[in-house]
Amino acid sequence: MIKNISNLGDAAVYCDFGSEVNESINANVIDYFNHLSKLIKEKKIEGITNLTPSYNKLIISFDLTITNYKKIKNLIEGLIIHKDIKNNNQKIKIPVCCDDEYALDIIRLIAKLNINKDQILELYFNKEYFCYMTGFIAGMPFLGDLNKDIRCDRLETPRVKMPKGSVGITEQFANIYTFESPGGWNIIGNTPKKIFDDKNLNQPALVNPGDKVSFYQITKEEYLNWNE
Amino acid sequence: MNKAYFEILRAGVNTTIQDKGRNHLYHIGISVSGAIDQRNYTLSNKLVENQLTEAVIEFAYQGPLLKLKNGKINFAISGDILFKIIRNNLEVEDGECYKSYILGDDDQIDIISTKNSTYGYLAVNGGFHLEKTWGSYSINTKANIGPNDGKKYSLSDKIFIKKSDTKNSIKRKINYNYSPDNIIRIIKGTNFDYFSKDTIDKFFKEDFLITNLVDRMGIRLKGPKLKNIVNTNIKSEGLVRGVIQVPADGNPIIMLSDHGTVGGYPKIGVVIAADLDLIGQLTPGTKINFKEVSLEEAQNIFKAYTEDTNKYLNECN
Repeated sequence: MIKNISNLGDAAVYCDFGSEVNESINANVIDYFNHLSKLIKEKKIEGITNLTPSYNKLIISFDLTITNYKKIKNLIEGLIIHKDIKNNNQKIKIPVCCDDEYALDIIRLIAKLNINKDQILELYFNKEYFCYMTGFIAGMPFLGDLNKDIRCDRLETPRVKMPKGSVGITEQFANIYTFESPGGWNIIGNTPKKIFDDKNLNQPALVNPGDKVSFYQITKEEYLNWNE
Repeated sequence: MNKAYFEILRAGVNTTIQDKGRNHLYHIGISVSGAIDQRNYTLSNKLVENQLTEAVIEFAYQGPLLKLKNGKINFAISGDILFKIIRNNLEVEDGECYKSYILGDDDQIDIISTKNSTYGYLAVNGGFHLEKTWGSYSINTKANIGPNDGKKYSLSDKIFIKKSDTKNSIKRKINYNYSPDNIIRIIKGTNFDYFSKDTIDKFFKEDFLITNLVDRMGIRLKGPKLKNIVNTNIKSEGLVRGVIQVPADGNPIIMLSDHGTVGGYPKIGVVIAADLDLIGQLTPGTKINFKEVSLEEAQNIFKAYTEDTNKYLNECN
């Protein structure tokens, strides 16, 4: 259920499903996302340009020359959502090299978390994660939940350039920078694996919401010789 | 017959192909892209009798030096731009924006620089010979999507043109005055109440400087530090063009067309749709002020802005 609907500027609707992050709230967001995507595809709604689901929010962008906040809000309030029963979720394994030259923020994490590098990595690799959403940059997965002992805030000032393939953590989440981009997550390593493929027009993102992801450590040599 | 094309003799700072942008991909992390200044983009197409959704060349600061090969075309440039046309007999003409020109074989367009703005647009009659990716011609250099392998143009690249031979010359003009304003109108963001009363006062009363950290993704500002009294992080959630995020260091960032699709910094405000063309054009070193408007006011301002754009389009002949 949507707890509150408000406007994000004059050309987007902000649907708030709650403040917690868990799989059940996220499933609710995805149900609305799937339902609206279907209506857009069948041309039953006019003017919506983008839907952005996240952990517990759904943002609906629209073309202000065609529709407006009030019309979209009324539409959302009138929707009857059927639970999405189909489940195509996959299990994905992703290699990560944690050599010091790739683990850009390991020193910061050691200082903030008060545990050593080996302990941080052990807790990180020893878990299967759930994909809540993809976004920020093309195909970047937002995964959870990290072990409580390795949770840390974002960088105070985001990096202007985060190297492609950087594997980061922040709060209870893990992610992968699929392209070089600005970013504020704590980087613990880098993956040589292709996480986004724009030549695959139907399914460009390797990881999609609902998938399960685990990471495994590789050496620098394996990293440099990675072949797909 | 050989196709007409522009040969790039100087690439310029950030020369790409743009159009209205690419929709319905935010959920996998692909932003809208598209021309930063949608009004000037539209006007450039109108000046060469194109459909208003045709692809154009967008450039920033120093533009490209282009040589036309194998053809004769109509082109127009919009924005606040200093450019020259170098004819194949080496005669040089000063270029005028918002006016269509004929360009012959081996003639060159030298886009020297933008003046009091960041972006300009070059449209050719019939458009460019390019393919759409996910419904748009726009180059997204962050995800390498679109023409030219999703990269900005470099020296010696070629940009092919659909119509190689123009039979009737287009003579069109728009009397458009580019007059940038320093007041940016915003609607309160979804985390407006994360900031102290003192910070909110400063946010609306003091100047913010556009720093050198400006690109198609966003604009980093410097001004009074915006003090967050609730939480400097939120759970990552969707962003749209115009959102003003405030990271823990207190320096706001405004999202532009190639922005990240989600973000985890609190949103103090959102620039209204009608001011997005303007904010994207402001240059580093400019001082701006934020002014709050209601949703209703914003919708009325947008309506007036659209009518104004239509007025220019209708005047074009």
